[in-house]
Amino acid sequence: MGLKTFIESWPVYRQLTGDDPLGRGSAAYSATTRNLVPRTATADRVVKSVCPYCAVGCGQNVYVQDGRVTQIEGDPDSPVSRGRLCPKGAATKQLVTSSGREHRVLYRRPHGTDWEPLDLDTAMEMIAERVLRSRRQGWQDEDEGKKVNRTLGFASLGGATLDNEENYLIKKLFTSMGAVQIENQARI
Amino acid sequence: MPGLGTSFGRGGATTYQQDLQNSDCIVIEGSNMAECHPVGFQWVMEAKARGATVIHVDPRYTRTSALADIHVPLRVGTDIAFLGGIINHVLQNEKYFREYVVNYTNAPNILREGFQDTEDLDGVFSGFDREGRTYSTGSWQYEGAQVQAASGKRDQQYEKLQEKHSRGESAGSGGPSGAEGRPQRDETLQHPRCVFQVLKKHYARYTPEMVEQICGIPQELFLKVCRALVDNSGRDRTSEFVYAVGWTQHTVGVQYIRAAAVLQLLLGNMGRPGGGIMALRGHASIQGSTDIPTLFNILPGYIPMPHAHADEDLDSFIEGERADKGFWTEMRAYTVSLLKAWYGAAATPENDFCFGHLPRLTGSHSTYETVHAQREGTCTGYFLLGENPAVGSANAAMQRLGMANLDWLVVRDFSLIESATWWKDGPEIESGELRTEDIGTEVFFLPAAAHTEKDGSFTNTQRMLQYHHQAVEPPGDARSELWFMFHLGRIVREKLAGSTDPRDRPILDLTWDYPTKGRIAEPEAEAVLAEINGYDGEGRPLASYEQLEEDGSTACGCWIYCGVYADGINQADRRKPAKEQDWVANQWGWAWPANRRVLYNRASADPDGKPWSERKALVWWDEDSATWTGHDIPDFDAHMSPWHRPPEDATGGEALSGVDPFIMQSDGKGWLFAVAGLADGPLPTHYEPQESPFDNLLYGQQRNPARQVLPPGDHNRYHPTGSAPGSDVFPFAVTTYRLTEHHTAGGMSRGLPYLAELQPEMFCEVSPELARLRGLEHLGWATVVTARAAIEARVLVTERMTPLTVQGRTLHQVGLPYHWGGNGLTTGDAANELSHQSLDPNVHIQEVKALTCDIRPGRRPRGPARGALVREYQERAGITEQTGTEI
Repeated sequence: MGLKTFIESWPVYRQLTGDDPLGRGSAAYSATTRNLVPRTATADRVVKSVCPYCAVGCGQNVYVQDGRVTQIEGDPDSPVSRGRLCPKGAATKQLVTSSGREHRVLYRRPHGTDWEPLDLDTAMEMIAERVLRSRRQGWQDEDEGKKVNRTLGFASLGGATLDNEENYLIKKLFTSMGAVQIENQARI
Repeated sequence: MPGLGTSFGRGGATTYQQDLQNSDCIVIEGSNMAECHPVGFQWVMEAKARGATVIHVDPRYTRTSALADIHVPLRVGTDIAFLGGIINHVLQNEKYFREYVVNYTNAPNILREGFQDTEDLDGVFSGFDREGRTYSTGSWQYEGAQVQAASGKRDQQYEKLQEKHSRGESAGSGGPSGAEGRPQRDETLQHPRCVFQVLKKHYARYTPEMVEQICGIPQELFLKVCRALVDNSGRDRTSEFVYAVGWTQHTVGVQYIRAAAVLQLLLGNMGRPGGGIMALRGHASIQGSTDIPTLFNILPGYIPMPHAHADEDLDSFIEGERADKGFWTEMRAYTVSLLKAWYGAAATPENDFCFGHLPRLTGSHSTYETVHAQREGTCTGYFLLGENPAVGSANAAMQRLGMANLDWLVVRDFSLIESATWWKDGPEIESGELRTEDIGTEVFFLPAAAHTEKDGSFTNTQRMLQYHHQAVEPPGDARSELWFMFHLGRIVREKLAGSTDPRDRPILDLTWDYPTKGRIAEPEAEAVLAEINGYDGEGRPLASYEQLEEDGSTACGCWIYCGVYADGINQADRRKPAKEQDWVANQWGWAWPANRRVLYNRASADPDGKPWSERKALVWWDEDSATWTGHDIPDFDAHMSPWHRPPEDATGGEALSGVDPFIMQSDGKGWLFAVAGLADGPLPTHYEPQESPFDNLLYGQQRNPARQVLPPGDHNRYHPTGSAPGSDVFPFAVTTYRLTEHHTAGGMSRGLPYLAELQPEMFCEVSPELARLRGLEHLGWATVVTARAAIEARVLVTERMTPLTVQGRTLHQVGLPYHWGGNGLTTGDAANELSHQSLDPNVHIQEVKALTCDIRPGRRPRGPARGALVREYQERAGITEQTGTEI
C-alpha cells in the first residue's frame, strides 16, 4: 500500500475531503464494507411468488442461491403491492428457512408420552388405513329414512393458507370418500 | 359470503384494492386495515392524498384511526344499529340515488301480503318457528313470484321450487309463466308493500338518538359520518366500504355486511369506480378456499352441496336449487361439468353423471358441530391442514377436548403448533384435567412444504388468482398438500381396487391420474389448475363459463374459474409490470369471473348506458360498435343493448334486461330486501350479541332469534345478558383482534425471531379509567375471566381504549390480540380460551368480536385453581346449563 492510498484509507481524511462531511456514509466505509454485495445481486435465480400471509396478495421475489432461499423481497412490478411488504411479509425468508420448522415426520402412539420418529411412507400407509377405518365406522347409508350416502367418521379442517389446487384435491377426494365435515378458516 | 352473495349475486369483494384510490369517501369498519392489511392500505392513503374523506369506525383507536379524518368509537356488537341509522338518515332526508335505486335495485318490487316486519313482531320476522328456531322464508317472497337466491341457504326453497318447476315443465312451457315468475313493480316507490316502503318502516326508529343510546356514538359525530357519505355519493362522487372479520365474527355477522350492501345500493355506489364493498380476507387464499371450498355446505363455484331429500336425482336437485333468470339458471351445466371433472368417463347421462356419488347434508356440519361430534365419539379421525384450532377457534378447550377423544389425528404444518402437542403440554395437562397417559389419540405430525417449495395459485382478497412458483425443494419429509392429498388418494384407491362395494364406487371412479415430477413425485399443479379451468370433449382448455354444457360434453372443476387456463396458458401467472398498464392492470393475474375487476360494473353507467358522470366513467355502451366497452371488462353481456327487454317467457341469461346489472340475481337487481337465501331475516336488524351488558333498546327480542347456540355442556357455558341477574358479574365488553407482526393463531409468526421480538408478549388493552377502576398497572399482569376460562395478559393502559356512555352508563371495553398460545418463541395464553360457541346461523362463524368479561389485577391461578376461579364466577353469576340458550 502506497502512502497516498494509506492516507486515503483514513475515514477522517475522506470525511474532510470527500462528499460525506458528517462521516455517516461513504467516509465511514471500511474496505470490507465497500466490497459487500447484497445477496440479491449474487443470487442464481429470482423466482416469482406471492406473500403467504394475509390476502392482500403482495408480489414477492424469491432469491435462490445454491438451492437455498437467500432473500425474499417485495415485487415492484405488482400493481397491488408496488414492491412493498409488511413486517410479516418482510420476515418470509425466516418463515421458510426457520430452524423452528420440523423436517421429519413425528408419531405419538396412543397413550404415549413423547414423539417417535416415523418413516414418511409408513406414515402414509398408516393414515390411509385409519381414514378407511373411520370412514367405515362412521358410515351412514340413510338418515331418518333419506339416503345420505356419507360418513361422519372423519373430518378435515384447513385450507385458507393453501393453494387453490390443493383445496381442489382435498374437496374432491374427501367428498368422494363420503365425508361432509370438510371445513376451513373461511367461515365468512 | 352470503351477505354479499344474496345482495349482489356473488360472494366476493365487489372491487379491487387499487380502486380505493378512486374513492371520495372510504368507511373502514370492522377492520383495522392499516395494521392488518398494511400494504393494501396504501390505496386508502392514495385516495386521501387525492382529497377523499377517510372514516374509521372501531371500538379501538388504532393506526387506521390515526390516519383517518374521522374516528368513531362504538360499542362492540352494535354496527347494525349504526348502519341502520345511516340508512334511516338517507331515507328520511331523501338522499338516496333515486334513478339508480329505481332501476338497479329491488326497491320497487312488491312483497307478499303475509310479510310481517320486526316492527310488527317486536324483533322477529314472519315465518319464525320457535320450536326449531328457524325461519320458513315463504312470506319474504315477492308478490306473484318465487325467486331463488344466488347464494346462501338455497335449499330453503327446495320444495317450493320443485313444485313450481315441475308445474312449468308439465305445462310444456319449459319455464315459469311470466305472470307467475315476474315480480310486480311500482316504480313510484309508493306502494305500501314495495321493498322501498318496507325498508323505510323497518329503519324508522334507527334515529340519531337511538344510535347514541345503543352504540355510544354522540349524535353530532354520527351525523358527521352521514353527511360525509351522502355528500360523497351520487352521479359524480362515490363512497366505498371496507370491512374484515370485525363485521363477520358475530352471531348476526352476515347481516352486518347486508347492512352495508343496503346502504351502498341506496347511495348508488355499487359497480362504480371508488365504490363497492371491499372485503378484506386474512389468509393468503381464504377467498380461494371458499371459491373452491373446503367447506361443508358448498361445492366448487358456490354450487350448493345437496341436502338429503326423498328420491332426489340430478334433475330434482337442479330444479330445487337453481334460479329462473340470471346466470344461476345454468346451474345444470356447471354441476354436470363438475361431475365430469371429478368422475370422467364414469359420469354418463344414464347414471345422472354420478350425482349419486355425492354425500348428502342433513343440517349443519360446521367445524363447531364436528368438535361436538368428536366429544360424542362419532367423529374419530381428524385432518388439520394448516389450521391451529387449539388457539384459533372459539373455545379452545373444547377444541382440545374434542381431539383428546379421537382415535387419530393428522397435523400438517410447518412446526409443532399447539394443535399438535396439546396431549403433552396443553392447558388441560397443566391443570390436571387430562393426563397424557390417559389420552388414546394417535397423532401423526407431517411437515408441510412452504409456498416457496411448491407451485400453485392463491386467490387474494379481490378475487384475483396469482401463481407462485417453486423456488427450492422442500426439506426432509416436508411435502405440499397437493402431494399429500394426491398420494393419500392413490394409496386409498390401491387398497380399494377391485372392491364391489357401492360405497367405494365414487373413490374408484375418480379422475386421479395427475402427472407427477421429480424425486418426490410431486403432482403438477398446473395440471390440476387445467382441470379446474375445464376442457371440452377433445381435451381443449375452455375459455369461458359460457361454453359449459349440460350434456356432459364439457368438464370443469370450478365454473367461476373457467378461463384461468384459457388457450392452455396459465393466466394466473401473468405478470405484466404495473407501470406498463393502466390503473385497472387486468394483465396481472386473473380475477374471477372472466377477469372482471369491478363486479356489476354495468351499474357504472346510467340506464341508457352512459357513464353517470365523466369523472366516474368505467364501462359504457358504445352505440357505433353496439357493444359495452370501457376501462374494465364489462360484467354484462357485451352485446346486450341498454334498451333490450326480454320476452315474457325468456329464461336464464336471456331473461335479463339491459338494465339488470346484477346478472347472477334471479331478478337482475341488487337486493335491498333479501327475499331468499338467509337464515335470519330479509333485512338487517339490530340484535345484541349473545353476551351483552345491555338490553336491546329497539325490540323485545334481545338476540338474533335464529342464531346457533351449541350445547353449553361443562365447557361452553354462556353468560347472563342485558339486565338479567348475574350479568353484572361480567360487566365489561371484550373484543379480539390481530396485530401487524403476528398472523392468526401464530403458527406462521410466533416461531420467527423477527416477529417474536417485535411483539413479544400477550397483552390486553384497557383505558386509564378501567385501569383505575380495577387496579390494573401498566405493564403489570391482568387476569381476564369468562364462564369458559381465565387467562392472563400483560396490561397495556392506553387512551386508545375509550370508555363509552351507553344508555346513561359508562361502558369499558377490553381489547385482546388472539395470536398467542403455548408454543413458539413467544408464548402466552390464547384469547380463544375465553370465547363461546354461539354462532351466526348463515355461515356458522363464532362471535369473538363481542363478548363480556371481568378483568382483575395479577396473574391467573395455576393448576386446578384456574378452573376453580372460573366455577366461582359461574356460581356468582348464577349460570346454569340453560343460561344464554333462550331464543
